[in-house]
Amino acid sequence: MQRKTLSTKTQFFLTLFLVLGIWFLLFLAKNNASEYVILILNLIAINVIFATTLTFINGITGIFSLGHAGFIAIGAYVSSLLTLPIEQKEMSFLIKPLIYPLNKVEMSFFPACIIAGLVSALFGYIVAAPSLRLIGDYLAIATLGLGETIRIIANNTWSITNGALGLKAIPPYTNLWWTWGWAFVTVLVIASLVKSSYGRALKAIREDSLAAKAMGINVFSHQVMSFVLGSFFAGIGGALWAHLITTIDPKSFMFVKTFEILIMTVLGGLGSISGAIIGAAIYTVGLEFLRVLEAPFSIGSITFPGIPGMRMVVLSLLLILLMLFWRRGIMGRRELSWDGLYNLLRRIRFSSRGDRA
Amino acid sequence: MNVQTFLQHFINALSLGGIYALIAIGYTMVYGILRLINFAHGDVFTYGIYFAFYAVVAFFFPWWMAFIFSIFVTALLGAAIERVAYRPLRNAPRISALITAIGVSFFLENFAIVAFGGRAKSFNPQTGIYPTTFLKMLRFGNIRVPLLTFLTLGVVALVLIILLWIVYHTKVGMAMRAISKDITATRLMGVNADRIVSFTFMIGSGLAAVGGILWAMKYPQIYPFTGMIPGLKAFIAAVVGGIGSIQGAMIGGFTLGVAEIMIVAFFPSWAGYKDAFAYAILLVMLLFRPTGILGVEVPEKV
Repeated sequence: MQRKTLSTKTQFFLTLFLVLGIWFLLFLAKNNASEYVILILNLIAINVIFATTLTFINGITGIFSLGHAGFIAIGAYVSSLLTLPIEQKEMSFLIKPLIYPLNKVEMSFFPACIIAGLVSALFGYIVAAPSLRLIGDYLAIATLGLGETIRIIANNTWSITNGALGLKAIPPYTNLWWTWGWAFVTVLVIASLVKSSYGRALKAIREDSLAAKAMGINVFSHQVMSFVLGSFFAGIGGALWAHLITTIDPKSFMFVKTFEILIMTVLGGLGSISGAIIGAAIYTVGLEFLRVLEAPFSIGSITFPGIPGMRMVVLSLLLILLMLFWRRGIMGRRELSWDGLYNLLRRIRFSSRGDRA
Repeated sequence: MNVQTFLQHFINALSLGGIYALIAIGYTMVYGILRLINFAHGDVFTYGIYFAFYAVVAFFFPWWMAFIFSIFVTALLGAAIERVAYRPLRNAPRISALITAIGVSFFLENFAIVAFGGRAKSFNPQTGIYPTTFLKMLRFGNIRVPLLTFLTLGVVALVLIILLWIVYHTKVGMAMRAISKDITATRLMGVNADRIVSFTFMIGSGLAAVGGILWAMKYPQIYPFTGMIPGLKAFIAAVVGGIGSIQGAMIGGFTLGVAEIMIVAFFPSWAGYKDAFAYAILLVMLLFRPTGILGVEVPEKV
């Protein structure tokens, strides 16, 4: 059977319908679902942002970066410092007062998000230049160190980040529209980039940076661009996350954060944007189902207390097992597409008609 | 700062550096042979402490037997990790192995929370874990040094001498060095490479247990994440010294220990950034001499 492709117009309308459908479902959820479900839906969208950006950096460009938590931290801190009401800032900063321009600022959410993303991207740029001179596991360790350094700085600059006390009472601006809207923008921008010649250049770099260089691709500037774009959206994701949880402190941005995102991307398939989305959704929902493990349970009349920490044991085992037995993850490097779906449906129809096709 | 306080800090720095060196050797040997960053090494170190702790507290071993027991069990743990998690990925892309190593590290940490509890345990002689005489203060003029510091330095020196003897004067050591050059060719020479790799992991993990016990005597609070920061720093020490080289790991370990203590000693207000120095040193090193102090440059193959 021949593969058929749909026209660009059909694809565009299908995508439009999908987006409208999701929009309608979110609308329903916003009015009818419980607060808990809405929280999970928000987390899914934020994790989609994180996983997509990490896939873009790690899977598409092949920069094995482990510093994602650092950029998320920057986004979260910058946006929170911009949106926190002035009185709340005076109340929170007990040890040392907040430095000048920040203690007089109070912004609305959208510009704060954008600034958070830009600052995060700026850090990404500063960090990229030295670390991208390294390759492979050296790069991984260097970015891990940089992410941790950002956290250590946040822990010690009392007059900016309120040190280990963290920021509290951040206005809860995040809602379903912001999270899913930003997730949509992130996926749209990154997916279109991956499809463009730019994305093909990135993939060429991933496969063989020397050969890519020989083909005339400026490896370094492409990598820097990819890193900066990834950190921009990671920063925005961090801003959304901070305004959802409403309290942040340096401990929230330990390496575990990066580890969680890494599981999502590996589960979905390192190198596939649609895989990242699926991975993020499964991970977020699965984590909630795994709460059963930590809850007390009873067999007959004997009640066992819940075991705290069991979820992370299962998750880390999951990552190991994934790497050992199912290294390509759900999507591998393939992407979901309307063409793929269309051909799959056709194949199902033909096979159900028997051998006549 | 006068000479006395300087010497006091310096001796302290040497004992910390010695522990870093012990852990760094585990990283460097594994990297030298498999080109794998064994992320879980810091957690193996934590388990070494816990094994010693429980051997005394739960099994009522005398301290010296508990320590030897811990070294052996930790060595077996290291070999088991290699067998289960790393060996199946021997021919996989290196990034996959690295991700698995990160997974193993998280598994060990969280399993420790479940198995040993998340609350910190106290590893001090008052609970009878090791004799209190280890903490006796020795006086040299006005410098006061606990006996433990000398003990640490002595143990480190002894262990390093034994290790160097194994690596450079035995057949196993020769096989290790051969594998680090070319694993396929070594196999063709009739060496059971898997067994040598297991042995390497056992040595590395045993050394981590030694380092862990010394560490716990120095900083007697143990909790499931104890090994994370020293593990990372020891890895940095291995890179600074030139990863793959045992002497490099020693030099790197001592450099890092001394640098860390001395910077805080000279600039006490920077103490909060203590853990960031190591990363700064790492970055500077990677940028200007990625092969480390003793490393050999490997040309990029096209």
